[in-house]
This record gives sequence, C-alpha cells and structure tokens, in this order.
Amino acid sequence: MKLAVCIKRVPDTETRIRIQGDGQTVDEAGVKFILNPYDEFAVEEALQRRDKAGSGEVVVISLGGDAAQETMRTALAMGADRGVLLKADRIPADSLATAKALAAELKDGGYDLILFGKMAVDDYNHATGVMVAELLSLPCVSAVAKMEISGTSLVAEREVEGGVEVVECSLPAVITCDKGLNTPRYPALKGIMAAKKKPIESKPAQLGEEKLKVKGLAMPPDRKEGRIVGEGVAAVPELVRLLQQEAKVL
Amino acid sequence: MANVLAVCEQQGGAFRKVSREAVAAARLIADALGGSVDAMVLGAPGIDLAPANLGDAGADRILVAADDSLGHYSPEGYADAIAKQAKSGSYAAVIFGATATGRDLAPRVAVRLDVPVAVDAVTVGVDGGKVACVRPVFAGKAFQNVVLEASPALVTIRPNTFTPASSGKAGAIEHVAVTPGATRVKVRELKAAAAGVLDVGEASIVVSGGRGLKGPENFHLVEDLAKAFGQAAVGASRAVVDAGWRPHHEQVGQTGKTVSPQLYVAVGISGAIQHLAGMRTAKVIVAINKDKDAPIFKVADYGIIGDAFEIVPALAAQIRKVRG
Repeated sequence: MKLAVCIKRVPDTETRIRIQGDGQTVDEAGVKFILNPYDEFAVEEALQRRDKAGSGEVVVISLGGDAAQETMRTALAMGADRGVLLKADRIPADSLATAKALAAELKDGGYDLILFGKMAVDDYNHATGVMVAELLSLPCVSAVAKMEISGTSLVAEREVEGGVEVVECSLPAVITCDKGLNTPRYPALKGIMAAKKKPIESKPAQLGEEKLKVKGLAMPPDRKEGRIVGEGVAAVPELVRLLQQEAKVL
Repeated sequence: MANVLAVCEQQGGAFRKVSREAVAAARLIADALGGSVDAMVLGAPGIDLAPANLGDAGADRILVAADDSLGHYSPEGYADAIAKQAKSGSYAAVIFGATATGRDLAPRVAVRLDVPVAVDAVTVGVDGGKVACVRPVFAGKAFQNVVLEASPALVTIRPNTFTPASSGKAGAIEHVAVTPGATRVKVRELKAAAAGVLDVGEASIVVSGGRGLKGPENFHLVEDLAKAFGQAAVGASRAVVDAGWRPHHEQVGQTGKTVSPQLYVAVGISGAIQHLAGMRTAKVIVAINKDKDAPIFKVADYGIIGDAFEIVPALAAQIRKVRG
C-alpha cells in the first residue's frame, strides 16, 4: 500500500503568540515548533495501514522552508519511509495556493491513500486536505474519527453537530484525520537514529496564486478585569444574581 | 457583483441556528455593497422552511434546491449545487456556517470556483470593494485581518458570533433545479446523538469540566449544572479528554473546539494557554476553582474560589430556583 501524509510545522500549542513589528506575522524567536498535532494521527494511521498491508511505503510531504525538515524527521522517526519537501519561503495564508502545490506533487504518485490532519492548529483552516482531493478528483472524507478499509472500500465515521456521519468511498482516496482515530506513537531512540539516514528530497513548491491576503494580525482584545465573587458555597447566590442582573445571561 | 449567497444547513428539516447567523453575515456584506441576500437551502423535497425564518433573518430570496439525492449531506452533491448557483448569479460572496458540514463543504466549492475561502470569520465587511473579514488564528491567540481578492469570496462564519435581525419579512421562495451528478463519496447513515445533546461549538451556554473533578465518575455534576441552565452543552479540558474521561467532541481549546457562547462556566479547569485560546471569546466567563492563582481567573468575569464538589450542586440548585 502506498500512502502519502501531508504534514505541517506549527508553533507548539502551549506557545504564547507575539506579533512582529510588521503587524502581519508571528515573531518566531523563542517559539518551539512541533509537528501539527492532527498530523500525528495521520502519520500514525498511515504507518498502521502500511504495516497491516505487509508492504508498501509511507511518504511524508511538507511545504515550507528548510526548518520543515526537522518536523519531517519526527514523522520519519515514527516510521515513515521518506520525505519530500516542497520548498517555499513561507506557507501561504490561502489554503488553495498550498493545495495546488501539494496536488501537483501528489498527482502522479500512485498513492492508494493520502492523509492529512483535519486542520493545522496555527491557521485553523480545515481546508487544505479537502481542496487537494477535489483538485485531484479523488473522494475525500474529512475529520475522520474511525476508519475501516477492506480491499479498495473505505468506510469512515466523522463527528458532526448532532451525531456521527458514516461515509463510504473507494480507494484511492484522501482523508483528513481527527483526534480519536488512533494513539500516535512516540518515536523510539532507534527510530530517531534511523530517521537521520532516511532520504528527504527537496524541490521548489509550485504554489497557486494567492487570492486571500493577510492585511494584519492583532492580539485579541483584553478581557476587562473580572472579579472574585467570593469563596465557597456562600458566594453562589451572589454569582447567580450577577449573572441575572449584571451580565444578563440567565 | 453585489449579492450574497448564504448556505443554510438543515438536517431532516431541522435548521441549525447558524443558518440564520449565516444570513445575518450575508446581510452585512450585501448592505455594504447595495446588493441582496439569497439564502440557499438544500435537502430532500418537502422541507418545511417556516421554522427557519430565513426571510425574517434578512434573506430577500430563499432558494430551495430539493432533490432526493440531497436528503443526507452529500459532499459532492451539495458542492455541485452551490457552485452552480454561485456561477449563475452575480454573487460577491458565499457564506457558510463553520460547522462540520460547512468546513467540509466550503473547500469543495472553493475548488469548483477556483477561489479562496476564509474560515471561521468573526466579523465580515467590505474593504475597497472587496470582502474582508477578521478570523481567529492559533485558536484565538491572535486575530487575522484578511481580504479576499476573488469573486465570489467564500467565508465560513463562527457559530454564535452574528446576530440575525428580525425584519418581519417572509422572503420570496424560489425553487432551483438540481441535476444530480456522479458522486465519489456517499454519506450512508447519520447516527443521531442522543436527544437533547447540544454541540459544544453551537450552544449558547457551555459548562466545562477539568481535572479538578478528579475522575470521570464526577462529571455528572457538570452535566447536571448544564441541565439546570436549560439549553447548555457540556465541554471538557484537554487533560480530561486525553485521560479518556470524556469524548473528544467535547474538548474546548486549541486542539479541540473554539467556542463563543453567551456564557462559559469552567469547573475545575486551571486554564492552560491552549484552553483559554479556545474560549476567551465567550461573552461571559465564570470560573470555579480551588486554586486562587489559577490562570482561568485572569479571563473570568466572575470567579468563585472553593471546592467544586460543594459549589457546583449549590449553583445548579440556585439556578433552578431563579429560573423557576
């Protein structure tokens, strides 16, 4: 089984965000970068599928600068076979521009399954994986929390408001992975050593035209200073009075 | 190019609250451009439009795409129908709710129209004749101003953020033809959640629990408090979801759902950065925590310091008392 996993380098979710002087980009100084948490589910799922099939290959693909190689090494240490870096000075804010570059790379790859995280925890777009599928005219199930594959038939479950959708399609297909699909492994020391020798091919990204433009980035407005109503059960009636009469939310 | 199309979600004839909110967002853009709003409803034939009050929310026309193939959400069927409508009219923008369906659907429509999509907008407007919006990034640790240099501009809006007007108008209902095409993906079944379970992303009141509850067996306190409020959803911190106490769809924070309810009650949640990011846009925040230095108190409007096991039942009882 030949699988591709598209991964992204993102700031750690525990990171405090600071904005650079240009008012448009994040100050990366001192920021710890990680493999996007949802992409970990995608990598894990691909590894399990490859191993279950008994043969095949897991290729990790990332778009970005040279620093993305470090993130790719994490996926290689987990067990992916090789990497492809689509080099770009920066990752476009426009998901469609990114999706076009990924689709160009994936198009003739002969992949049975292409996996993404359901979203990146930085731009929160939830869009790139679905766009790649549509650009390649492949079936796509997004935000997959459970999946069965038998032969070329795929049945997946995705959580929607008010229930769970059961979705079916045939391979080759694209899925975007939600939390709950599996438990990603931690890279073992042996894997980390092996990852250093695994090949990462680097080539320029063929980005689409960017039509979504970032005009500015701002910190959220500060919440006005709150107050401690009191301690223990004695404070409950006053809290309810405030919710009713001051905040007017009851 | 001044009209706006709002895609309205329904399941089995029940409209999501975000449908009216999508119409409200569409109205803002249409008014800025001097255009009109079309609300588009997709589903099986015979949908009852009355409960949605889409005209009242600001739609000039309600376009109904009814076909047996659209009874369940059909990713490609819906995308084809919306893209066809978007091409046929002179739309400046197409608005979707940022729901599980909207997030799946908008990128599919985007590829069909070769335009970008702005996701999870909290404000929409027009800047130099182009559709602009503000959207949270890093789960709300920062806000990005974006302009869509494409027509139509596709935007998904965050639930609970836009307030529909009440125009009292009905809106003109028109049927649009559907030509079902080949689809590669099929939704076989919708397993409905238990009746009365509200989604944490859409509810106007959210009561969330964290590690301070000490174990999954104590979450009934949070569930009961949610019930006391009436229409409230139960949420959870990452720590308790990772520990397997609660399902992932309840998780609030950067690797879960970002929520903007009217009222957010955090019980036994200390307030990690990634959690605060996911709920700081709530209108009113209440925190109950035994640690007076917990970061959650920095964003809370009202805090009570103390034992959640005593305070939560007392709070539930008091709320039931005032709500009658």
